[in-house]
Order: sequence, then C-alpha cells, then structure tokens
Amino acid sequence: MSFDFAVILAKGPQILAGLGVTILIWIVGTLFGAVLGFLVATARRYGGRLADLALSVPVEVLRGTPFLVQIFLLYFGGPYIGLRLDPIAAGLLGLSVYGAAYYAEIFRAGFQSVPPGHSEAADCVGLTRLQTILHVQLPEMALLVLPPSMNMAVILLKETALLSLITVPEMTMTVQAIGSQQYAFVESIVVLALVYWALVELANFLGRLAERRLSTYSA
Amino acid sequence: MTQPAISVRNVSKRFGETLVLKDINLEVPRGQVSCLIGPSGSGKSTLLRCMAFLEEASAGMIEIEGEPLGFSEKDGKRRRQTPGELRKTRSKIGMVFQQFNLWPHMTALGNVSMALRRVRRLSRKEAEERAMAQLVKVGLEARAGHYPSQLSGGQQQRVAIARALALEPTIMLFDEPTSALDPELTGEVLNVMRALASEGMTMVVVTHEIGFAASVGNNVCFLDHGQLLFHDTPETVFAAPRHPRLEQFLDTYLDRGAQMLR
Repeated sequence: MSFDFAVILAKGPQILAGLGVTILIWIVGTLFGAVLGFLVATARRYGGRLADLALSVPVEVLRGTPFLVQIFLLYFGGPYIGLRLDPIAAGLLGLSVYGAAYYAEIFRAGFQSVPPGHSEAADCVGLTRLQTILHVQLPEMALLVLPPSMNMAVILLKETALLSLITVPEMTMTVQAIGSQQYAFVESIVVLALVYWALVELANFLGRLAERRLSTYSA
Repeated sequence: MTQPAISVRNVSKRFGETLVLKDINLEVPRGQVSCLIGPSGSGKSTLLRCMAFLEEASAGMIEIEGEPLGFSEKDGKRRRQTPGELRKTRSKIGMVFQQFNLWPHMTALGNVSMALRRVRRLSRKEAEERAMAQLVKVGLEARAGHYPSQLSGGQQQRVAIARALALEPTIMLFDEPTSALDPELTGEVLNVMRALASEGMTMVVVTHEIGFAASVGNNVCFLDHGQLLFHDTPETVFAAPRHPRLEQFLDTYLDRGAQMLR
C-alpha cells in the first residue's frame, strides 16, 4: 500500500472552498464568542448578584458538556422549539456560544487582574463605568488575557472540525468526502492534519506579534 | 459663617461585624489643610475614602460644599444617588492614593489628560496642553512621555497629583501619599503638597508624617479605634500637656525612629 496525495491535491479548488468556510466560521465565531464572553463577564461583575448567578448557569453548562453534544442539540433539537437553522448558521451560533462561555471566564480573570485602585482613580476623575471599562480596565487586562484568548481561538479552530457532523461544508467534511471518493482515506486525514496545524501555527504567530506590541509599556 | 468644604455628620462605617468608624462628626474648613493622624487601623483612611465615596458610610451623611455625597435624603429616607449625580458632586474632589494608581498603559501625559478628554470632552491638543501645565506645576514636564513603570515612586505620585488637579477640583484628598515611598523620595511629594497648600487649596491629608501635619496642617484630627478623639490646631494638639492617647502614639512613633538610629 502506498500513499497517493496527488489524488487529494488534484481537488485543490474544492479543498480551498472548504478551508474558506472553516476560516470564516472560525474567525466570525471566535470574534462573536469573545465579544459575547466579554459582555457576560462585564454583566456578571457589574450587573448585581442576580445577574451573576443567572449567568453562571449557562456558562457552567456550556463548559461542562461536549461541543459535539451542544451542536447536535442545537441542530437536531432546535426544530422542536421552532429554531430551524441551516448548517452554517447553526455552526456559527454553536461555536460563538460555546466560545463565549470560555471567554467569559478569561475576561472574569482579566477584570480581577486590574487593581481596584485603578478603577477607583477613574471614578474619582469622573469617568463613567463604560469609559473605565473601555479606557482603563480593558487595555490593562489586554496583555494578561491575550495568551489564553489566543489559546481558546486555537481550540475553537479545531472544534470547527466537528461541524462536519452537522453537514457544514467546511474543510473536514470536504476533504473526507474527497478521500472516500478517491479511496484515499488516510491521505485525506493527513492533509487535514497538516492544514489545521499550519493554521494553528499562523494564529500563534499572530498572537505573539500582538503580545509583543502590547508589552511596550510594561518595562 | 461660611459653608465648610466638607461636613461629616454622624458617619459610621461597618465592615461586617467590625465598626471601623463610630459616629464621626467633622467639618473641614475651606482653604485649609486638615490632617488625619492616628495609629494603623484607627479608621483614618476609611474616613477619607468615605469623603470620596469610595466607601459608603453605613450611617450618616457627608456633604461636599453643601451637596450631599453619594446619598441624598428625601422625606427622611436615604436614597442612593444616580451615577451622574455622584459624578457631579465628586467632581469637586481630587483624590491621591497611597499606591498612586496611575494607569500603566498610558504615559504621564496620557494619565493627566485622560479625564480632560473623556470627561471634559476637550480636543486632544487642548487636553494635552492643559495636562502639560499640570505636569509643569509638579515639575515633571520632562517626563511627560514616560510610562509609570519608567518613573520613580515620587515621580509617579507627583503625576498622580497632577492627574487629580487636572479637572480643577476645589478639594484635594490625600490617602497616605508618601507611605509607599522611600524616605528619600517623600520630600519631593511633600514639597508639591506644600506649594498646593500655600495656594489656598482645601486639603485633607491622611498621613504618618507628623512633621508635615505639624508644620503645614491648619487642623490636626486624631483618630483611634474608629473614633475622632479630638481635632484642633497643631499648636494646641502638639503642645504640652498632650492628650494621653496622642502621647502614647507619639512615643511609639519616636521609638521607631530612635531604633533605626541605634
């Protein structure tokens, strides 16, 4: 038995289309997840005890169940409550919400890392809560939350592979389909692994660049 | 009689079971330097923080130039002020912290100009011009582009003073402004504070610098175990015969100094 990558690579355009869907869902889902997670962390910190308690439940459930189970529930269970989504929409929503639960925890730690005196100083010069969050707390926590945020982004990229199971035409589904058509299953998996790995390394590289840029003031 | 800058009426503060301020009554006169002294844990910092509404008094009222701070009373009921109302009253106050609390991601100029831009909505250019004037006042115009991590403790505290002055408050509160500094660096901060006092700024200073309290202070308030034991001019407070509790406090204070010299 010999490996024959040529039959896989001959389907380059199809693979690129799948890669495009993967990157789109990954980037948009991660951004939505991070923004939603930040809003959840902010609401838990400043919204009173009730909001904190109410939001802790979904965060714990989402972090305590497999992503695969969540997207199955969303895609196959959604119609029972009138939520009919096409695969890409379900995938995006699922990934955003799943990511948000983790980002909420990352930003919760971020808020805790800013010394209370720094926001007291902001209060004393008359900044509003929103201004303090945007101009003081968020930039101050940036360096601390960046590494776990990038790490989470990488995890989310790899989780997108599971979306093939709800028929999202992303890279895993596309390449696997090519593999079975061409009787080159193992080759297709190797190609998948390499492409995901390359994307992860690229993300890590960008993360390190951002980190270096942010660390100018912490001499 | 002129209205006091700050009036503290029957203020008590509890942290859980502990009563850290017990029924404090105090009027801070305008244009004077009032120093709060007392042993650690006496409640002097808590009292000062109540004056900036960084701590909420459990009972009693604090007024800033006649305006209720943090709470307003209506039909005998205490109601929490809206954030907007609180900001308005608080705008008369500048606060300086023991730990400076500069924002580390901004330069000295950025720290001082922040509120001018975001609160006063001045253009960047105008805000930075005014901020620079404050930095000149504390002698740090040459350090305007430095980040807090590139400044000494004394310089950081002077930037923090400039930041508090930028919005032109009528009252400045200082919470142990030199306690986090090397002895060598306290002088430069105290000099800035002296200059401010000579301009007639109303100042309330929590301090362990008994020398500063005695020489610059117009009033000295002595707190112990959450109680305001007495307040008077430094001449009266420090003249013999002294209050026995103050005597004891000064003894341990001088002892510590003497031990260092031995």
